Amino acid sequence: MARALINVPQKSKRGEIIEIKTLMSHPMETGFRPGMDGQLIPRDIIEKFVCTYNGEVVFSAQLHPAITANPFISFTTIATDSGTLVFSWTDNKGETQVQTASIQVE
Amino acid sequence: MNTTRRQFSLLAAGASFALVAPARATPDSMKASIQAFTGGKPVKEGRVKFDISLLVENGNSVPLSVLVDSPMTKDNHVTRIGIFNEKNPLPDVAIFNLTPRSGRAQIATRMRLNDTQFITAIAEMSDGTYFSAKSEVIVTMPACVEE
Amino acid sequence: MNRLAYLVVIGIALPAFAQDARKSGFDFMGPDTQAMQKDDLANPGMLSVLEGEALWKANAGTSQKSCASCHDDATQSIKGVAARYPAFDETTQAPLDLAGRIIQCRTERQGAPAPQREGRELLALTSYVAHQSRDLPIAPPKDARLASTRAQGAALYSTRMGQLNFSCAQCHDDNAGGHLGAAPIPQAHPTGYPLYRLEWQALGSLQRRFRNCLSGMRAEPIAAGSKEAIALELFLMERAAGIHLETPAVRP
Ligand code: HEC
Repeated sequence: MARALINVPQKSKRGEIIEIKTLMSHPMETGFRPGMDGQLIPRDIIEKFVCTYNGEVVFSAQLHPAITANPFISFTTIATDSGTLVFSWTDNKGETQVQTASIQVE
Repeated sequence: MNTTRRQFSLLAAGASFALVAPARATPDSMKASIQAFTGGKPVKEGRVKFDISLLVENGNSVPLSVLVDSPMTKDNHVTRIGIFNEKNPLPDVAIFNLTPRSGRAQIATRMRLNDTQFITAIAEMSDGTYFSAKSEVIVTMPACVEE
Repeated sequence: MNRLAYLVVIGIALPAFAQDARKSGFDFMGPDTQAMQKDDLANPGMLSVLEGEALWKANAGTSQKSCASCHDDATQSIKGVAARYPAFDETTQAPLDLAGRIIQCRTERQGAPAPQREGRELLALTSYVAHQSRDLPIAPPKDARLASTRAQGAALYSTRMGQLNFSCAQCHDDNAGGHLGAAPIPQAHPTGYPLYRLEWQALGSLQRRFRNCLSGMRAEPIAAGSKEAIALELFLMERAAGIHLETPAVRP
């Protein structure tokens, strides 16, 4: 059960640059670490992060094992219209977790 | 001097190290990664403000932020920001893809650092030029870790 | 395999606890780690609190009741509870830590399987419960039936243990404020548990933290939930009475 913390300002003015913070619950297992049995623990990382704003990609990132467990990513976007932000995190097995947040623009 | 002052030494277990150390990135493999990012184009210093602590308490989570001087218009914006390191197992850390809708060329994240080393941030501009900043980070070890 | 390293501890002359010289581990951290703890939207421990909230509200076990079915709104009903644990448990007539109380509720009241100590479910629930006491002062119960356990904890705390023959007090009273290698030695106040330790890359309990110090001392681990662990926890809570809780804290 993975969870994410996402912070989008409650209300913004049209044209305002807003900061979005995301924190995803994920071990970001590098694949370089031995487990209790001495064998390397298989790699398990988020490789891709995408944020769309009313359907359009406004920001994305490729992550490598050097990113911290429970990856934190913060970025900015211009508040254009009220609507929905969709955040997705895809791991190295191709599984994607999605969370949405609504945005109100005045 | 206060009489309660004491000095003693302690034989303690340092961080546990893997028996098989994985291959490490090197300044050379970092260069290769950067070459792949820029397509071999020249990289100038400047326009990039790279914020990362000089001294960190635990290399497992090192906050960093990058701010690039750019108007972020359709014709003139930052398209990508890449972070690279010299000594982790792999030279790549992350690549952030920005758009004119970013409004500002600013990102923040947290990275792992195996060791004291230089970290490089490179910004790719929409006109195909590259700018960079680098910063040295000294990693100290936490005490009393698990075995 | 471990690499043995020589680490030098240099104590700083501080008469322990003159006036109130007590400080949370928070005060010994660098500004980056403090900032990470202070911002709930950047504090990775909040992921467990969030998970705990979902568990709190979900039906569990044969009772098909949730924690909320009995306790209702945790922000009201559970506020201040974590500040008063470990407490004396009437049913077992023994001291019980907060995690132990949650296990008891899970098994006896909800009819659910016992959550594992240090497991994700128990940590999430414990952090959610303890988070409701954030910013409240630690207020150990004045229960006389806890006196012998508290004394046992105090004794453990100042007993030399392990191959290095150190006691907790030698570091955390005599040398607090000094350094062990590069790490500052805090006063070992249990202010932020369960907390997110960067070293663990995860949330963990106070009793896991004990294990880390014991392994540094080359001493036998104390099992989580054991009588000794609860005694040590009870003593540390008494010693930290009045200091505010921070759950979920972040530590290096
Ligand atoms: C050799 C010195 C040493 C001894 C002995 C020692 N510790 Fe520690 N302890 C430390 C250091 C150093 C830290 C901080 C670790 C870090 O930040 O990397 C710490 C951290 C702690 C913390 C965490 C405090 C917080 O802010 O969360 C607790 C609790 C603790 N110790 C309890 C104990 C107990 C109980 C014992 C005895 C069983 C003990 N320690 C023995 C050095 C010691």
